[in-house]
Amino acid sequence: MSTNQSRRDFFKTTATAGGGLVLGFSWFSSEAFQPQVVGTAAADAIDFNAYLAISPSGTVTIFSPNPEIGQGIKTAFPMIVAEELDADWEKVKVEQSPLDTKKFERQLTGGSGAIRHSWERLRKAGATARALLIEAAAQQWGVPASECNAQKGMVVHSSGKKIGYGDLAVAASKLPVPKEVKLKPNSSFSLIGSHVKGVDNKDILTGKNLFGIDYKRPGMLHAQVQRPPAFGLKLKSFDATEAKKMPGIVTVVSFGNKVAIVGNTNWEVMQARKAVKIEWEKEKDLESSADHDRLFKEMLNGTNVTVQRKDGDVEAAFKNAHKVIEAEYQCPFLPHSPMEPMNFFAHFKGDSIELAGPSQTPEAAQKQIAKMLNIPPEKVTLELTRMGGGFGRRLNTDYAVEAAELSSIIKAPVKVTWTREDDMTGGIYRPAVRYRFKASIDKAGNMTGFMLHGAGLNAGNSTRQDNFPAGAVDNLLIQSSDYKSPITTGPWRAPITNFLAYAEQAFLDEVAMAADKDPVQFRLELLDKAQKAPVGKITYEINRFREVIKLAAEKSGWGKKKKGVSQGFSVYFSHASYVAQVAEMTMVKGKPVLKKVYAAVDCGIVINESSAKNQIYGAIVDGIGHAMYGNLTFKDGAPQQDNFNKYRLIRYNEVPEIEAHFVNNGIDPTGLGEPALPPTGGALANAIFKTTGKRLYNQPFADQDGPLG
Amino acid sequence: MALFQLKINGKNYPVDVDANTPLLWVLRDHLDLVGTKYGCGMAMCGACTVHVNGDAVRSCVLPVSAVSAANITTIEGLSETGTHPVQEAWDEVDVPQCGYCQAGQIMTASALLSKNPNPSDKDIEGAMVGNICRCGTYHRIHDAVKLAATKMKK
Repeated sequence: MSTNQSRRDFFKTTATAGGGLVLGFSWFSSEAFQPQVVGTAAADAIDFNAYLAISPSGTVTIFSPNPEIGQGIKTAFPMIVAEELDADWEKVKVEQSPLDTKKFERQLTGGSGAIRHSWERLRKAGATARALLIEAAAQQWGVPASECNAQKGMVVHSSGKKIGYGDLAVAASKLPVPKEVKLKPNSSFSLIGSHVKGVDNKDILTGKNLFGIDYKRPGMLHAQVQRPPAFGLKLKSFDATEAKKMPGIVTVVSFGNKVAIVGNTNWEVMQARKAVKIEWEKEKDLESSADHDRLFKEMLNGTNVTVQRKDGDVEAAFKNAHKVIEAEYQCPFLPHSPMEPMNFFAHFKGDSIELAGPSQTPEAAQKQIAKMLNIPPEKVTLELTRMGGGFGRRLNTDYAVEAAELSSIIKAPVKVTWTREDDMTGGIYRPAVRYRFKASIDKAGNMTGFMLHGAGLNAGNSTRQDNFPAGAVDNLLIQSSDYKSPITTGPWRAPITNFLAYAEQAFLDEVAMAADKDPVQFRLELLDKAQKAPVGKITYEINRFREVIKLAAEKSGWGKKKKGVSQGFSVYFSHASYVAQVAEMTMVKGKPVLKKVYAAVDCGIVINESSAKNQIYGAIVDGIGHAMYGNLTFKDGAPQQDNFNKYRLIRYNEVPEIEAHFVNNGIDPTGLGEPALPPTGGALANAIFKTTGKRLYNQPFADQDGPLG
Repeated sequence: MALFQLKINGKNYPVDVDANTPLLWVLRDHLDLVGTKYGCGMAMCGACTVHVNGDAVRSCVLPVSAVSAANITTIEGLSETGTHPVQEAWDEVDVPQCGYCQAGQIMTASALLSKNPNPSDKDIEGAMVGNICRCGTYHRIHDAVKLAATKMKK
C-alpha cells in the first residue's frame, strides 16, 4: 500500500479484506496517547507503532514488541489489553514483533521495566476498542450506548440481547475514536491479578522450535568459534589443514582474535574444531584470582576513589562514636549460565543482512552490525526468538555481531552456536566486587555514620549511593573505585544490587547487633528517621519500604520463638519494587539447612498472579543458588570452571519451601523480573549467622571453611 | 559414516552419520526434532533427556550406534497431541519460565511415573535432581510431578 492513501482508504481496504477492527496506538509516549482506527497496512505506518486487532472471527491479537525471556511478558501484555477490552481470554493472542526501531522505543528486556512502561497505553488501547465495539452494537440495535455493557467478548444490552466482538469488528472500524475513554477501577479487574497460564506453554511442552538454537533456514551452515582461551591473549596463528579435510566441514576462517569452524552439522564442527591447531600470544595481563585479591586491597586502601554521595561528616561521626563497626564483603565473577547457550543466525546478502536469534537488546545489535558492515541500520533485519533464559547475558550483543561478521566473510547463511564451555568461558560476567563498610552508633544505638567503599573489577560504580540507608543517616559517605580488567563484564540479573544487597543487609544486621536492637526494629527506626528528618535526596518510598518489612515480619512470625528455627531478615528496594524476606534455618545433623523463605513483595498491581509467583520463586532460588555455589575463578586469565561439572548450579533437592505475599496497594505496576533476587543472599547470610554464630563475608558460602563447607 | 535405521516416536528414520555422533545432534541437526535440547554436552543438566526403551537417558552423550535397535521417544512423540498427563500437569501448574529445560524435565518425570506410579518425595527427588532449571521452577516441577501421578491413576 502506498503511503499517500488516506485513512478512509485504509478503512475500505480493511473492510474488503474482512480485517475487522485494527486499532493503532503509539508506544512512544503515554502523554501523547491517542489510539486511532487504522487498516492492517496502516499498522505498519510510523505513527501507529503498535496495534490491537479484532478479526471477524472474534480473535483479539496484540502485536508486542518486548522479547520474551521467561519473565512472562508475552502473557502479561495481552492480559492488560484483554482486561480493559472485556475480551474472552481464550480468544486473545499475542504476536512477537520483529525488531523495528521506527516503531518501538523500548524493545528490550532488561531493568524490570516493560510492564511499567506499557501499562497505561495497553489499558487505553483495550478500553478504546471496547468503547468502539459498544458504540457499534448500540447503533446496530438502535439503542443508546449507555444501555450496553461488555463482557467476555460480547456486547450485552440491558434487554439481554448479545452480540460477539467478531460480528462488530468491521462496523467498529468505521467509527470515530473517542477522545477520552474511561479506564476500569482496580476493583473491577477480573483478569488482572488472576492466575493465567503462559501463552506459549503448549509449544514449550511439546518441543516446538521456539528458541534461537532451534532456528533453521534452507542451506544454513553451522559454525562454532574458538575464542582466546584466556582474557589477555590474542590470536597469533592457526593451522586448519587437517580440520578442513574432515567430514562435513565447509571452511575454517579467522576474524579478529577468533577462528570459526564452519560445516554442515554441529557434531562435525565440534570434531574438526579439536583438529585446528591454534597459537595464542599475550596481549594484556593474564590475571589470576590471587591478582584480583591484591587489586581489591589496593583499591580499598588507595586514594583513587570517586565520591558518589556525601552527607554530613562521617569522619567526625566515627571519632565521636560509642561504637564503630567495620566489615568487608566480597563476591566473585559469575557467568550467567542461561540454559540455552549463546547462538545467532545471520545471512549476509551484500547490501543487507538477515538475523534471527535470542536477544534482550536487538536494537543495539542492529546498530552495531550496521556499523561493522557499513550498511544502513534499516538494511539489518532481526527476527526475535524466544530466549532460553538470559539473566542479562543477552543484553550484550557480541554473539550476534560475531555471527553477522562470520556470515559476511563466508557469504552464506550460518548459525553460530556456543557450546556450554564457550558460554561459560567466553566472557561478559557479573563483575567481582568487594565492599568495605564502616558504621558508627551512639549510646542509644542510633546509627550516626555510615560509610561504604565499593571496589569493582569492571563494575563501574559498584554502589547505589542514593539507596537506603542514604537519607536515614546524618553522616554518610558512599564512594567507589574500579579497575579495568581484561575480563569482560556486563549486567547480571539485578546488576550490582544482586550482591550489594547481600553485603549491605548483612552489615546492617551487624550494626543492629552492636546496637543491641532487633534487626527488623532497627530498619524500621532508620525509616522513621528518614521520614521525620530526611538527610539529602531520598529515592525510595518510605511507606512502601515499611509495609513490605511489616508484612514479611507478620507472615513469618518474626520474633516469635519457633522451636529449633532461626530467622534471618533482609529487605531491598531495587528497580522500582520493594521486597522483604525472612529465611528460616534449622540445624540438621550439625549442619544448618535452609527450610523456608517468606517473601513480602510490593511490585504494585500484580498482572498475572501465576507468573508473578513464578518470578519470585525463581528469583529466590537464583539468589540462594548463586550465593551458595556460584564461583568463577581465574588462572593466568583463563576461567577455571567451564561446565556444570565444575560450576555448580542449584538443583531440585536444594530449594527451601517459599511463601510469597503481595502488598495489595493498587499502585501501578513497578516490575518483578529482578527485585525479588537482591534480598535473598542477605536473608540467607543473616539466618546462617543466627543458626551458627558465624558471619559469612564472602560468596559463595558453600566453598568456605565453616558451617556450610 | 554409517547408515542407521532409527526408530523414533514410532517412525523409522534412516540416517547416514558417524557412528559416534551423539543421538542429541542426530535428532537436532539431521532429523529436525529440536524439542530435545543441548545444555551441557556432558550429561550434567538433563536438557537433552529422551526415552530409550522407556528409560530416561541423556542423549548428548549417547552415540547413535548404541541405539540403532532401540525404541526412542522424544518430547515430540511423548503424546500425539501434547496431552500426556505429565504435559497436562506441567501446563496446569504453569511450570515454565523460559521453558528451555522443560522438555528434558518432562521426559525425566514421565519415565519415572511410567515405572513408579506412586513416587515418594524422595523418589521424585532422585529422578529430578539430574535436571537443572536455571530459572528455578523446581517448586512447580515438584507440584506438577505430583499432579501428573494423580492424573495417571485415573
